[in-house]
Amino acid sequence: MTATIQSPRSGKDGAKPGAGLIAPKYRRSGASKGNFEMAAWLFMRLSGVVLVVLIFGHLFVNLLVGEGIHAIDFGFVAGKWADPFWQFWDLAMLWLAMLHGTNGVRTIINDYAEKDSTRFWLKIVLYAATTVIIILGTLVIFTFNPCPVDVNGIPLPGGFCPAA
Amino acid sequence: MPTKPAGTLYRGREGMWSWVGHRITGVVIFFFLLVHVLDTSLVRVSPEAYTAVIGAYKNPLMALGETGLVAAIVFHAFNGLRIIAVDFWKKGAKYQRQMLWTVLILWVIVMVGFSIRHLSLAFGGH
Repeated sequence: MTATIQSPRSGKDGAKPGAGLIAPKYRRSGASKGNFEMAAWLFMRLSGVVLVVLIFGHLFVNLLVGEGIHAIDFGFVAGKWADPFWQFWDLAMLWLAMLHGTNGVRTIINDYAEKDSTRFWLKIVLYAATTVIIILGTLVIFTFNPCPVDVNGIPLPGGFCPAA
Repeated sequence: MPTKPAGTLYRGREGMWSWVGHRITGVVIFFFLLVHVLDTSLVRVSPEAYTAVIGAYKNPLMALGETGLVAAIVFHAFNGLRIIAVDFWKKGAKYQRQMLWTVLILWVIVMVGFSIRHLSLAFGGH
């Protein structure tokens, strides 16, 4: 039997009269996947612009100002997160970068992993890692304690504790 | 006799290589991000644990790695803005090649500045 390959715009593939000339399987609207891929495409561009600002600011403040990398220690982090401005800066950076990166890696998995089961499992691993990192990072930012104590309530060395 | 196919918009030219570079830098940055959230999380273990691990980033060999990472980030950032221009600016596709060269020139300028500052701090023996 000879397979007939239809012209995409022939409209012969079950198209109702007046439903447009594009055969249903080539139409972009009404697809079952909804607009997820379009939303993901748009998210990459919007988050990308914001991330340029957030990450360039992060690199400038942490690596180029003053002593640069030599200034980074527990006290440096405590100093930044004492200010809600930097907490939310880092929170936004965490969420946007993780979601932007996860969607990028998802695209790469879809492009290169040819077996359905390989794609499925790679994406399961990816989403699990993303979930763990986002939750962990969010908790770290908002439960940070500049004066951590041990099980006996004695302050750990290197912390910043109010004078008793 | 088969003739050589005519050039396409992207294949084998600036458009394709910038796409390859965007992918590779993106993956590198993503894996560093996973590690970086984990190392920062040590502030919830103890001040000494955090300061010890972050100390590893301060040796001169790591400074070279950090410079490479920042090079990846800066390329990905500038090329990402170029992709946005290609998608949203009416003349974006027409000027994509010129924009890539602009990206590369800006990238070299930023990286020369960053490298001088960061490597002199790292090798400066503080």
